[in-house]
Amino acid sequence: MSLVLIAEQILNGLQFGIMLFLMSAGLTLIFGVMGLINLAHGSLYMIGAFMAAAVASATGSFILALFAALSAAALAGAIVEMMIIRKLYNRDHLDQVLATFALILIFSEGTRWFFGSFPLYLDIPAYLQGAVTLPGGIQYPLYRITLIVFGLIIGAGLGLLITKTRIGVQIRAGENDREMVSALGVNISKLYTFVFALGAALAGLAGALVGAIQSVEVGMGEPVLILAFVVIVIGGIGSVKGALIGSILVGLTDTLGGIFLPKLFGLFMDLATATNVGSSIASMSIYILMSIVLVWRPTGLFGQKI
Amino acid sequence: MNKVFKFPIMISTVLSVITGVALADTKIGMITTLSGGGAGLGVDVRDGFMLAINQSGRSDIEVIIEDDQRKPDVAVKLADKMIQSDKVDILTGIIWSNLAMAVVPSVTAQGKFYLSPNAGPSALAGKGCHENYFNVAWQNDNLYEAAGAYANSAGVGNSFVLAPNYPAGKDAIVGYKRTFKGDIAGELYTKLGQTDYAAEIAQIRASGAENVFFFLPGGMGISFLKQYAASGVDIPLTGPAFSFDQGILQAVGAAALGVVNTSQWNKDLDNSANKSFVKSFQEAYGRLPSLYASQGFDTANLVISALEKADVNNAGAFRDALRAADFESTRGDFSFASNQHPIQSIYARQVIQEGDVFTNKVLSMVLENHSNAYVDDCKM
Amino acid sequence: MIKERHLNTFVLGLLILIPIWAYLNDEPFIITLMTRAVIFAIAAVGLNLALGIGGFISFGHAAFFGLGGYVMGILAWHSQSYVTLIEWPILFEGTKSMPLIWIITIVLSALLAAIIGMISLKTTGVYFIMITLAFAQMMYYFSTSWSAYGGEDGLSIYMRNSFPGLNTLDPIQFFIICFIILFIVLFFMGRLIKSPFGLALNASRQSRQRVEAVGFDFHKLQLTAFILSGAVTGLAGALFADLNRFVSPSMFSWQLSGEFIVFIIIGGVGRLFGPVIGALIFVWLEHSIGGISDYWHIFLGLILLAIVLFGKGGIIGLVCREDAQNE
Repeated sequence: MSLVLIAEQILNGLQFGIMLFLMSAGLTLIFGVMGLINLAHGSLYMIGAFMAAAVASATGSFILALFAALSAAALAGAIVEMMIIRKLYNRDHLDQVLATFALILIFSEGTRWFFGSFPLYLDIPAYLQGAVTLPGGIQYPLYRITLIVFGLIIGAGLGLLITKTRIGVQIRAGENDREMVSALGVNISKLYTFVFALGAALAGLAGALVGAIQSVEVGMGEPVLILAFVVIVIGGIGSVKGALIGSILVGLTDTLGGIFLPKLFGLFMDLATATNVGSSIASMSIYILMSIVLVWRPTGLFGQKI
Repeated sequence: MNKVFKFPIMISTVLSVITGVALADTKIGMITTLSGGGAGLGVDVRDGFMLAINQSGRSDIEVIIEDDQRKPDVAVKLADKMIQSDKVDILTGIIWSNLAMAVVPSVTAQGKFYLSPNAGPSALAGKGCHENYFNVAWQNDNLYEAAGAYANSAGVGNSFVLAPNYPAGKDAIVGYKRTFKGDIAGELYTKLGQTDYAAEIAQIRASGAENVFFFLPGGMGISFLKQYAASGVDIPLTGPAFSFDQGILQAVGAAALGVVNTSQWNKDLDNSANKSFVKSFQEAYGRLPSLYASQGFDTANLVISALEKADVNNAGAFRDALRAADFESTRGDFSFASNQHPIQSIYARQVIQEGDVFTNKVLSMVLENHSNAYVDDCKM
Repeated sequence: MIKERHLNTFVLGLLILIPIWAYLNDEPFIITLMTRAVIFAIAAVGLNLALGIGGFISFGHAAFFGLGGYVMGILAWHSQSYVTLIEWPILFEGTKSMPLIWIITIVLSALLAAIIGMISLKTTGVYFIMITLAFAQMMYYFSTSWSAYGGEDGLSIYMRNSFPGLNTLDPIQFFIICFIILFIVLFFMGRLIKSPFGLALNASRQSRQRVEAVGFDFHKLQLTAFILSGAVTGLAGALFADLNRFVSPSMFSWQLSGEFIVFIIIGGVGRLFGPVIGALIFVWLEHSIGGISDYWHIFLGLILLAIVLFGKGGIIGLVCREDAQNE
């Protein structure tokens, strides 16, 4: 196990985390500002990926595909918010769970009805293919580096949005005290639609970016959704900073755990058992991490004290 | 509310009685995956099966098709319905081994025939074999054994092996090791449903292996192939056809070019049954068939060939007719081993591009008239 | 406008009459369908104690459902393959006796619920939802990789377990067993809700401070409710595995946890018969609209949306239009 390999694996964990961050940032905002559990976030991710695949094969341009993904997801988000979600703000979390659960069904099968049952083709553009040599001799795919940079830029952009703009002030105030903000004359419904559409756009963009190196198929959003929930719970609901830290933690744990736990067990067990036990624990590792964090900090690392 | 519940049931009961008397002498129940992420395989099996049924021109076969949603308990419920309510004679269709394990034992125990167009778990080939259970596709290990044999013939000295950490994944590695004579340079088990393989690819790169054998079905395979191609690692990949079938290849594209994969069928197999199958499938459905479609097609033709010889209600005679496998398979030579799994040839094929379409081309025959490793465990 | 009590009786009547009709008309599959609904109802009734009355939303109740299934599966598998389970302190080769399996299931589910509850109940709100989900996911991944008991392929139990004096393979007899269990569970729940414990639990959902001011231990209340809830759902899991003669990691899936919640919401949160109505409707919908089209999930989703948007309080709320009797 060379140092170069370890460094490369850490880089992989970081990059996985950044991809998760794109998904989780939108989710944590929606939850923090609107108090809404949105199970359909994974569907918005899927819609972004499918739109990108469709536009990419029609026009051949990756950039256009990204824009299409962003806009389609934002549009879908806005429509869903105005027609359905709006009616649920004053309801129980349970009603929100059921409604967004129903939305998953509609979106998934609707996508399959529209696009067919087979996975779609989406690939990274030619100018982003291939690997670069990083200092230290690590060969790393160019696209993944682009993702890391992109993710960090978006993170910075969100941070700026939240701390330095008017909307950002409203978002932060809305997280703290919804009624007061409304009483102070802010158009709450416009704010909510904006936040939901923003979250949806982020999810759609994530779907398109990640879809280029993974599989664009129906149901691709749900596993990521669970991971995103784990991330925002670890990071603290409503906190974009928490989402970033949380996603990097989850990314590192998942990646490094999968590689190193079997080896760790291999030190005092035979290979077959070590692989078995190690892989099993590796797949549970992020949930174990989340439980530990919650026992230590019941509202997540940067969550608001209730 | 009582009426609302009972009415549709009464209607369907009446209808099934009428149709039962007037039309169908043989009822086949197909339980397969038609919704959700893995639906492509079920759709292919169904389409291949129905193509053969329609081509036979027989009006005395009724096929009832239901969607198992890839859930074992739904598959069990559907099997119960088909046996108890629809009164089917033969069941077929299940794609996934875990659903097959849930359904097949009780179906065969109730005296119905089950013909598998895909899943071939070792438990049903060995100790759990049954005279009513036939597998028309392969025993799960076959394609992995062929990959091992291909590696030997290509002079590979050591391999890196990779599969998800679940029974089918572990079976794949076991099957490969059964025939592969070289060393194992590295062995990794990933999480089921994992989508990011950067860490595993880094390990592969560092291992210095001569080739990589991987089993990652469905979306997992697509992700891995794309990421591997982008990583710049140039160690050649091999695997079973499950990651390189016609449906998946279009999603992976150029990332899969040149990869050698093992399969018992390919569209360019040179026999007349296959040629007409590929042509008629394209005409009927507007796409190239995959190995799943060929398996569905062969299963239907097996049933039809048995019906020519015996009535399905005469279980002994029908079983003998099935065992005879007297039909023209798209794979050429086809017969059953004593545990009613296929004896067939398995090929190494390579991913190529024909115009806009990605498909496979046969390289060589790797295993000839190959049976399976569980024949002796089956005490039928 | 119907009284809730009358609606409950009506539902019980349906649960008895439909299988009888099916039995007389030789439709064993309908009986199997009703059994499935009854078992789901038991699972959801268990969840309702924690969710509806206690007010804490567990998104991980599949953990208990799956545990119940695996307890049954492991015990029965050892028995049917004549493999010893434990050699010390007593020789135990597994069992296929339902009553014994149920007792073991209840004890183990309660134990698991105690462990999960003690850790999770330190959190509230969505954090609680997530941590319960996490535990169910852990059990899912663990069972997938535990090859000794089939991993993802699961365990097949060829013959249904035995109950003294009955032929359990006969659909109507197995249905009767499950129905009686549902009846007992409902009876027990009904009494529990009206007992001092139940009233305190209900009050704790609304205000923690007041309940503590009156002298109740908030944590003990919640934990006890959670343990009872887990035990009931675990029992349902054992029955489910028996119905399907099969257990696999899919019994731990989060989609299943979600479905239990959906049953309760459809029927009416916190209502005694809410989960029963919800399970019945869901199973029936799944069966009947499944044949409409390949994309029937869309219709299911639309129906669920309609129920949530327009049927506040679930079906019971819609039909009875009176608040829950413990409000």
